[in-house]
Amino acid sequence: MTEDPEHAKSAQDKEGAGDAGAAVDVGWHRLHPLSPLIRAGGLVSGLLGLLVVGLVTADSYEDYLYRVIVAAGLLVTGFIQWLVTRWKLDGTTLRIETGLLRRDSRQLPMTRIQAVDVVRPLLARMLGLAALRIRLAGAGHGGDRLAYLTVGEAARLRAALLAGQHGLDRAAPATAELPVITVPTGRVIGATLLRAAPRFLALAVIAGVAATAAHHIFLAAESTLGLIALGLVTRTWRQVTGRYGFTVTTSTDGIRIRRGLLSTVAETIPFRRVQAVRLAQPLLWRPFGWCRLVVHVAGVAGRGSGPKAGGLTKALLPVGYMNEAQHLVGLVLGHDMPELTRPPKRARVKAPLSYHFLAAGHNQVMAVTVTGRVCKKTVYMRLEKLQSVRLTQGPVQRMLSLASVHGDAAGRWAHALFSDRQADQAKGLLDELADLSRSARSAESST
Amino acid sequence: MAVKGPPGWMVPSARLWRMRLAQVAAPGLILVVITGVATGIWAGAGAGAGAAAAMAVAAGFVLGVERRRYLAWAYREREEDLIVSRGVLVRRVSVVPYGRMQFVEVTAGPFERVFRLATVQLHTAAAASDARIPGLERDEAARLRDRLAMLGEARAAGL
Repeated sequence: MTEDPEHAKSAQDKEGAGDAGAAVDVGWHRLHPLSPLIRAGGLVSGLLGLLVVGLVTADSYEDYLYRVIVAAGLLVTGFIQWLVTRWKLDGTTLRIETGLLRRDSRQLPMTRIQAVDVVRPLLARMLGLAALRIRLAGAGHGGDRLAYLTVGEAARLRAALLAGQHGLDRAAPATAELPVITVPTGRVIGATLLRAAPRFLALAVIAGVAATAAHHIFLAAESTLGLIALGLVTRTWRQVTGRYGFTVTTSTDGIRIRRGLLSTVAETIPFRRVQAVRLAQPLLWRPFGWCRLVVHVAGVAGRGSGPKAGGLTKALLPVGYMNEAQHLVGLVLGHDMPELTRPPKRARVKAPLSYHFLAAGHNQVMAVTVTGRVCKKTVYMRLEKLQSVRLTQGPVQRMLSLASVHGDAAGRWAHALFSDRQADQAKGLLDELADLSRSARSAESST
Repeated sequence: MAVKGPPGWMVPSARLWRMRLAQVAAPGLILVVITGVATGIWAGAGAGAGAAAAMAVAAGFVLGVERRRYLAWAYREREEDLIVSRGVLVRRVSVVPYGRMQFVEVTAGPFERVFRLATVQLHTAAAASDARIPGLERDEAARLRDRLAMLGEARAAGL
């Protein structure tokens, strides 16, 4: 690859521009030179440690040589990876080029961006670096990453990308953030432990029964049980550290979520990109009045791919009180909440286990539905986000003259369910939701 | 193209029924003969005839179910959205606005190709949307595809 003269120049310019509000330069940029080190993260450092030990303890010359070659190979691969990767903010698209043998050139149109995350693993934090993860709808892979940039650069690029998303001036300074909510650490730990408690209890019961009733089997199963327990502990630990210091702020960019103990994440979701919000009240949390909020965003989580866009969920409130949750829902979706109505009494025959929660309602702009058997789940969805409306009527529902209406938003799980409504009302609801959704959409696009 | 069903609604081609008939009747007939002959050799002619009759009744039942399912398919192109209605046991009605369409898929499996039919499916960004219309005659499938693509482009909306 030829050396880009602009690159050197822009690098100089960047040092001058210190504040996060400054625009990102046009022209190709490289990732930070230390990227390969962090990118391979613990794996490479562990491997390198082993190799160093191996180098020291190698007993023959050939062995020694072999290990040096492996170590050098790892470093060179990482370096080449860094060398051939570059990115550029080109008008309204972000271009990322990477790959030595198989060139991979990505164009991410700013108007399609669903969310931007700044991810900082522990090692990156120590070195003052950050990765930028950009979520597009149905991109077919786990989001595009720019790993790693300096913190200032990441913040500037994020501001530029989100401003372009809104059609704002890219040079406009990033606005101040208004704090909305911070979740205390004690509550995070308590709630996480409470949710993990049934699993630990079940494990303890199994272990206890096995130990007393069938001692020889217990000895055989001991290691398996130990592994499961270890898995549970790590999972719980990860949940606690992932939600540590959970803070929600708002700015003109959208809603920003910061969290993490060792590695931190700052997620930014533009308000208009929220497909739906789900509020869940698990059984064990109810005595404390706690609940949990999840935001659905059109995008791909993990390695899911295929013709249909997957769904991405982000915790908006890992654990909080109802009034906090309601405030957040209002902030994200607007305060215009519809009245909820219950399905007719005969629906109890069809849904005996969930009837006590079932309720739904809609107004001109929003649909709210409540479902769930043990865990009460409330879905809030703005009508302009509806992708399709469906009516289903099973045999039992037909006998009772009931029907369910589904409102689907982009993604796999963003879904409002008007469960077991009266059949004639459901038919009207189907058309009404389609009409309201259309008018809400045209109202949105005209602004 | 046949316009039966409620006014304004379109239904799949009559060839779809012929296809379903072939798909059920041919294996059904073979099964009737096999069970009849096998039971006849093993347990006498009377039992053979009984087994064949039972199998024929079962095949007839499946055929009846398929017939009703075929009759349940209907779709309607409205000003702003497409409605697809289907299902006998579980009745389903889907409304998909043209502006929400991500892409249109036209597929024709081996059976459908023999009967010169095609399936048109609308995809939206929601995984749960299922607007699929099977058994369309090729001209109708092509017309629907082009019309949907055109309307989708004209009314396209962001996510």
